Amino acid sequence: MTTATTNGHGSHQTARERLRAPAEDEAGERSGSMLGSVLGAVKGLVTSRIPPADLDERDPDYIRESLPRLWLLSSLYFRGDVRGLGNVPEDGGVLLVGNHSGGNLTPDTIVFTLAFSTYFGVERAFHQLAHNLVLSFPGLSYLRKYGTVAASPENARTALEAGAAVLVYPGGDYEVHRPSWHRHRVDFGGRKGFIRLALDQDVPIVPVVAVGGQETALFLSRGESLAQVLGLDRLFRLKVLPVSLALPWGLNVGDMLGHIPLPAKITVEALPPIHLREEFGPDPDVDEVYDHVVRLMQDTLDALAAERWLPVLG
Amino acid sequence: MRVAESITITAPPALVWDAVAEPSRYLHFMSGVTRWSVEGTQDTGLGARYRMLLRVGSAEVGGLIEVVEFTPERDLAWNSVTGIDQRGRWRIRERGGASRVELRLQYGVAGSGLWGWIAEGLAARTVRGHLRRSLQQLKRQVEHEQLRVQAAARRSARTAAQ
Repeated sequence: MTTATTNGHGSHQTARERLRAPAEDEAGERSGSMLGSVLGAVKGLVTSRIPPADLDERDPDYIRESLPRLWLLSSLYFRGDVRGLGNVPEDGGVLLVGNHSGGNLTPDTIVFTLAFSTYFGVERAFHQLAHNLVLSFPGLSYLRKYGTVAASPENARTALEAGAAVLVYPGGDYEVHRPSWHRHRVDFGGRKGFIRLALDQDVPIVPVVAVGGQETALFLSRGESLAQVLGLDRLFRLKVLPVSLALPWGLNVGDMLGHIPLPAKITVEALPPIHLREEFGPDPDVDEVYDHVVRLMQDTLDALAAERWLPVLG
Repeated sequence: MRVAESITITAPPALVWDAVAEPSRYLHFMSGVTRWSVEGTQDTGLGARYRMLLRVGSAEVGGLIEVVEFTPERDLAWNSVTGIDQRGRWRIRERGGASRVELRLQYGVAGSGLWGWIAEGLAARTVRGHLRRSLQQLKRQVEHEQLRVQAAARRSARTAAQ
């Protein structure tokens, strides 16, 4: 197979295939109830809006032209400080594993995306895995130009095979809405798919630890029970219906319309790459790797948290 | 956005040139530069390529640059190949036994519109500070080198006289 490289940062050849985003599980049994019908219809609407994951939708020119906007937001509003990008391998596929904070607006992703794009250049293929709802939400289609694709093993595999850097947040919606008093806690909720992915694709894992995002609002509860009662997991892969105090809403349930984040200082640190088979043998134990990665990230998060004097101000 | 700073260094242009034409010295005197590495096989001269990064705000910006003008002891200019658009220039002129050194940097992102204009303006203060400190550090290093050369010459003259 011939491969076309871009600035030494991997190939886009295999990225040309369009992949369907993962189909949602069938809607729960039609109970015949009014609520069931309405939720089923909403699910159908959302599912139909999830775009197929075409890695070629990433648009380096668009990213480049938006860098000043991101820089203003990252440097002036969030006073971003990104360290350790030299730890990310210069080329080839790499799985960047981050802890996720800040509700649906995820300021840590904004700060890291800017830093990665300026450090390695927009020419380096870089994809972020996001929840289906994010990509199907009206007005957020521009995220696909940044390389954001629906979080699924198929999409991640395709991107890694194309030599891209892939940013994944294993904790996802579960971690991003954790209460503010757990803001200095790495909480992946036991999700280990990223390790199997790294093993299958034989790519290194680079832990990316961020602090400050969970101070952009006062997150009160994940609302897991509420989500369960409403069947959101079954319908939209949503395990939470978060409750927070955020601008401009005051009490914010669901965070579906986003919020105005407080200008908390965001610090992000990329750690040295973990080559799983070199460090854990030819057939690594997934649980052992998981514990190692989480412990490493938690230690770093503790250190970053210790640097902060005050919430929001940093 | 175009930013320029200049300084007078009490040393001949040849000594200043030795510093600015040698990529391995950049990390020692360039303020804010986190990377200045040779790309390819050519270390210096016309057509040499470097990967450079300059910390501005929350990001390290820069990219791949190529030397497009290389006139020993006078001018060294580069243009960006990838990354943000930039043109840089070292301009060295002899002034009464000393060297007048100017460092210019023009940067921006084509097509970024109003936000780009605002960001470039706000970044200018940081960039200007980096250029000023870089020139001060270059002056310190080159003048120290000049003193060292002069002292070595005096020592060898004394040795020859004995």
